[in-house]
Amino acid sequence: MCQTCGCAVTPENSRTGAVIEVLQDLLSANNQVAAHNREHFDEHGVLAINLMSSPGAGKTALLEATIVALRDRYRIAVIEGDLETDNDAARIRAHGVPAIQITTGTACHLDAGLVHRALHDLPLAGLDLLFIENVGNLVCPASFDLGQHRNVTLLSVTEGDDKPAKYPVIFRASDLVVLSKADLLDVLEDFDPARAAAALRALGRDTPMIHTAARRAPALGPWLDWLELQLSAWRPVAHGTRSMIAAPAGA
Amino acid sequence: MHELSVCQALLGQVAEIAKKRGASAVERITIEVGPLSGIEPALLASAFSILRAGGCAAQAQLSIESTMVSVDCAGCGARSPAEPNRLVCAVCGGFRTRIIAGDELRLRRVELRVPQSRSALTV
Repeated sequence: MCQTCGCAVTPENSRTGAVIEVLQDLLSANNQVAAHNREHFDEHGVLAINLMSSPGAGKTALLEATIVALRDRYRIAVIEGDLETDNDAARIRAHGVPAIQITTGTACHLDAGLVHRALHDLPLAGLDLLFIENVGNLVCPASFDLGQHRNVTLLSVTEGDDKPAKYPVIFRASDLVVLSKADLLDVLEDFDPARAAAALRALGRDTPMIHTAARRAPALGPWLDWLELQLSAWRPVAHGTRSMIAAPAGA
Repeated sequence: MHELSVCQALLGQVAEIAKKRGASAVERITIEVGPLSGIEPALLASAFSILRAGGCAAQAQLSIESTMVSVDCAGCGARSPAEPNRLVCAVCGGFRTRIIAGDELRLRRVELRVPQSRSALTV
């Protein structure tokens, strides 16, 4: 009824407003696919590690050295994320392990759906360890759960030691921070590992930080030890017992 | 610029809700974005102004509510405000903290225009 004269109201003018309280994560669709990916990994007893860093920090070099060190004991595969080219997947395949290249075009990060499609081309049943090398970027990858069990972020010593303070979201979501190219510390006076560690600690988590130098095999020790520790913590899952690995930080 | 992906996800959720409720249009969308969400509100707002075109939210307003960061300390138990890159306990300085607020990236509320059915108008 119109309040002026009491006439009938036309359908066009009679609309009611509805206020819907939702309280739903904006990335809930991605998170559902990520949970699905994680189920795949768990079912096959595959430990999935999401490797993140800025471009050029040495993710692929670290993976190459890791494959050489571990391929006789563990079955490894790699998913490579880049805007363009399959150069990185080719580098990985040259070491005799399967690698799937995801080219994202203009997208600055991997998401759970992209990883899920790549999983269809991987022999998950025959794997122990899957590395997902994210697009080189310290901002966007932090927001997207892929279904990984562990987040590892590389900080190369050719960057600033205040990176954890500048990119708190990604560093706080990390289970391990790797100071890569650490063999260059002797000639790079500006980078102070203690300052990097303090900036990381200020993010409120007890995240370990280790040094690597992928081009010098002995310098990989702490990294390989950390991986072995994660793999041994992972093993019981493959035998159907309760997962010992919590959801990744920031998930 | 992952704000585009996030905005697409937002519009997808809103479209689903609008369809389920039989809405003719979406009038306002309210989201919560914390400083630790990894999302830049201004970029999300400009992505929204582009991506909303042609859909049920084409005329919708986007309200972005910012939240403050606060943490709980595992050491002393205090809850204190914090900065995005300084998440230690403000009371005891402990670094084992849990984020209580500040990492939200949430669709909070949708306001819809729902046409009254003709039958409801028949008196």
